[in-house]
Amino acid sequence: MIAIVDYGVGNLFSLKSSLARIGADCCVTGDAAVLENADKILLPGVGAFRDAIQKLRATGLDETVLRQTEKGKPLLGVCLGMQLLFDKSFEYGEYEGLGLIRGTIEPIPVPDPVRYKIPQMGWNSLHLIGDHPLFRFIREGDYVYFVHSYHGCHCEESTIATTEYGVPVTAAVARDNVWATQFHPEKSGNVGLAILRAFAEN
Amino acid sequence: MITKRIIPCLDVRNGRVVKGVNFEGLHDVSSPVELAAYYSDAGADELVFYDITASFEGRALFTDILRETAGQVFIPLTVGGGINTLEDFDRVLRCGADKVSVNSGAIRNPELIGEAAKRYGDQCVVLSVDAKRVDGQYRVFAKGGREDTGIDALEWIRQGIDRGAGEIVLNSIDTDGVRGGFDLEMLDAVCSFADVPVIASGGAGCIEDFVTLFQSIPRVDAGLAASIFHFGQVAIPDLKRVLRERGIPVREERRKTF
Repeated sequence: MIAIVDYGVGNLFSLKSSLARIGADCCVTGDAAVLENADKILLPGVGAFRDAIQKLRATGLDETVLRQTEKGKPLLGVCLGMQLLFDKSFEYGEYEGLGLIRGTIEPIPVPDPVRYKIPQMGWNSLHLIGDHPLFRFIREGDYVYFVHSYHGCHCEESTIATTEYGVPVTAAVARDNVWATQFHPEKSGNVGLAILRAFAEN
Repeated sequence: MITKRIIPCLDVRNGRVVKGVNFEGLHDVSSPVELAAYYSDAGADELVFYDITASFEGRALFTDILRETAGQVFIPLTVGGGINTLEDFDRVLRCGADKVSVNSGAIRNPELIGEAAKRYGDQCVVLSVDAKRVDGQYRVFAKGGREDTGIDALEWIRQGIDRGAGEIVLNSIDTDGVRGGFDLEMLDAVCSFADVPVIASGGAGCIEDFVTLFQSIPRVDAGLAASIFHFGQVAIPDLKRVLRERGIPVREERRKTF
């Protein structure tokens, strides 16, 4: 059972549907006990970092997620759910994250804002780094769907995929049992479903 | 590299796609769910569902259909039509829409753009503009292009972006339905200042029109069309192949691995 963390942020409908599509058993929950009993945890999120981390802490589920991942339970962060895993974000201020991935969340430093609009919104290709199991069903250059203005920085040791948007942009990170994507696998067609399948079956 | 997007638009009334479509292999040619899955498999980068229902019953049916589609199609979905309030945003987002497009509702109440952007994020709010040349000016038209509002379209779009619209759909009434190509002049005028994605709509008649669009105006992010896709004049895999051959970056979908 994959438990999708419901802390009042984001559209969980598509994540749930896409996991159902690949035949993964999943549930949407804000209940710590359900997260504790789940085999895997998926941390979603859209919107601003500050709101999301505050809501996650207000529910107390941040502690549950931290305890469960310390025990080795697989975690997948998606979009803002990835950013929350970092040490710190500089989106509209400076906010502490969960500290599961070393690094900071900073604006994408596009060299040419006329050509590269912010947010990056659309399909971009992945450059895979190393040979991470999250990408075992997809190939170098496959396209996924991004919507974001900020990205992971100083996280080279955890970066498993980048995308090019005038500069290299962090597309996915992983450290041990903690995996995460900046893009939306649930909105990335067959490639996205193949990525979710790799997480579900690992 | 980020790609140019190809977006089919489906008009839905009382739960059915209007402007009949004609594809082989489709069991029910006016089922939004089947058609959405078909386009998704064909490589569409995004889908727009436009609700042209007038009745309350039709609207409820639309949200049922939307939920069913969103449960089966895993590319971004934009919903427009009948969006007048934050409750309307909420209604379609809960059914699986990723973005919501506002048009007449924003003309009646421009505050709606900012309020929705604040609650759901800029990326969620698409400002759809029907524009037409009147007295040497681009003018905003309301009510499906029937009513001249007197508002300057470029100024309206500039304000919309300032209020928080994350994307602009520019539909040229002058070229819509003519199939003589997109309105390059009008698009160029908007792209010269818009710092959010601009989606071109109205006028596509053949593959070459998309090539011309993306080559003439590199700042355009996407091309939207309805009937040429529905009637099969342009097949999306062919369109993408030609664009790729002409050096325009487009996404290639992978076959299923599950």
